[in-house]
Amino acid sequence: MSAFMQRFASLREAGDCAAIIEAIPYARLMGVEFCEQPEGELLFSLPFHTRNIGNTMLPALHGGLIGGFLENAALIHLIWNRDSLEAPKIVDFSLDYLRSARAQTLYARCEITKQGKRVAHVLIEAWQEDRAKPVAVARAHFLLTTG
Amino acid sequence: MSTRPINPKVMETMGQLFVSLPHCQTLGMQWVGVEGRKPTLKIEWREDLVGNPASGVIHGGVITSLVDTTSAIAVTANLPDFETIATLDLRIDYLTAAKPGKPIFCTAECYRLAGQVAFTRAICYQDSVDAPIAHGVATFMRDSSRVPMVEGGKA
Repeated sequence: MSAFMQRFASLREAGDCAAIIEAIPYARLMGVEFCEQPEGELLFSLPFHTRNIGNTMLPALHGGLIGGFLENAALIHLIWNRDSLEAPKIVDFSLDYLRSARAQTLYARCEITKQGKRVAHVLIEAWQEDRAKPVAVARAHFLLTTG
Repeated sequence: MSTRPINPKVMETMGQLFVSLPHCQTLGMQWVGVEGRKPTLKIEWREDLVGNPASGVIHGGVITSLVDTTSAIAVTANLPDFETIATLDLRIDYLTAAKPGKPIFCTAECYRLAGQVAFTRAICYQDSVDAPIAHGVATFMRDSSRVPMVEGGKA
């Protein structure tokens, strides 16, 4: 249990998503936002910032940044949907790029495919204007217990 | 045994371009050197790159960007001429947590350059290349866009 996890839990109770991002330095640097939708699903968004560009000629967002955005979304989604004060630890992360991400807002949604005693599997999907045209899909494994 | 980039000008030009991209500059990515066709880059530890504020450990997403960029440069070390490449997929295994306060190095190699796809592997480490903190494999599409990445470079 860490001070961060306790703070996360109290911010979730308060519905203060912005403060959760503020508490994660790299998420703040990327410019991540997220909100809880009426049906309870979390929607992550990344408004366009020039500092996130990875191809200046197209222009397009950096592939590594897309990975960071999705990995961060998976972690927040998992902590949000679990009643544990132990921080999940990422084991591996696999990402498929389907289209280049243009100079627009990038969105992501996650799904916990399986949550076992020790390991959770999370699917993540990212898109821009049209959800039917994903920019990237990813999956991550997290360890849920230490030791 | 390959000792030099196939076309040093392609690797140097594209490598410097990749490291200078806005996102890579935001992360403070730095060119360390090339051994044979294996480039090494590094990122210094910084407070605003942290993923877990309780431990001060760098965010995994920073490592993803480092692996992606170093692997792309490894591909350029095997390209005979300028062409646009794009990451097709990427997998990172987080072997152990990165130590706060220390830089992270990444060394990558392109172990197969096929007609349309390039295959890479990369190791991230801090104290020694023999004590990796992350391992990454990726594939890149060759000739991925008509828009050249390098001004004046052939698409």
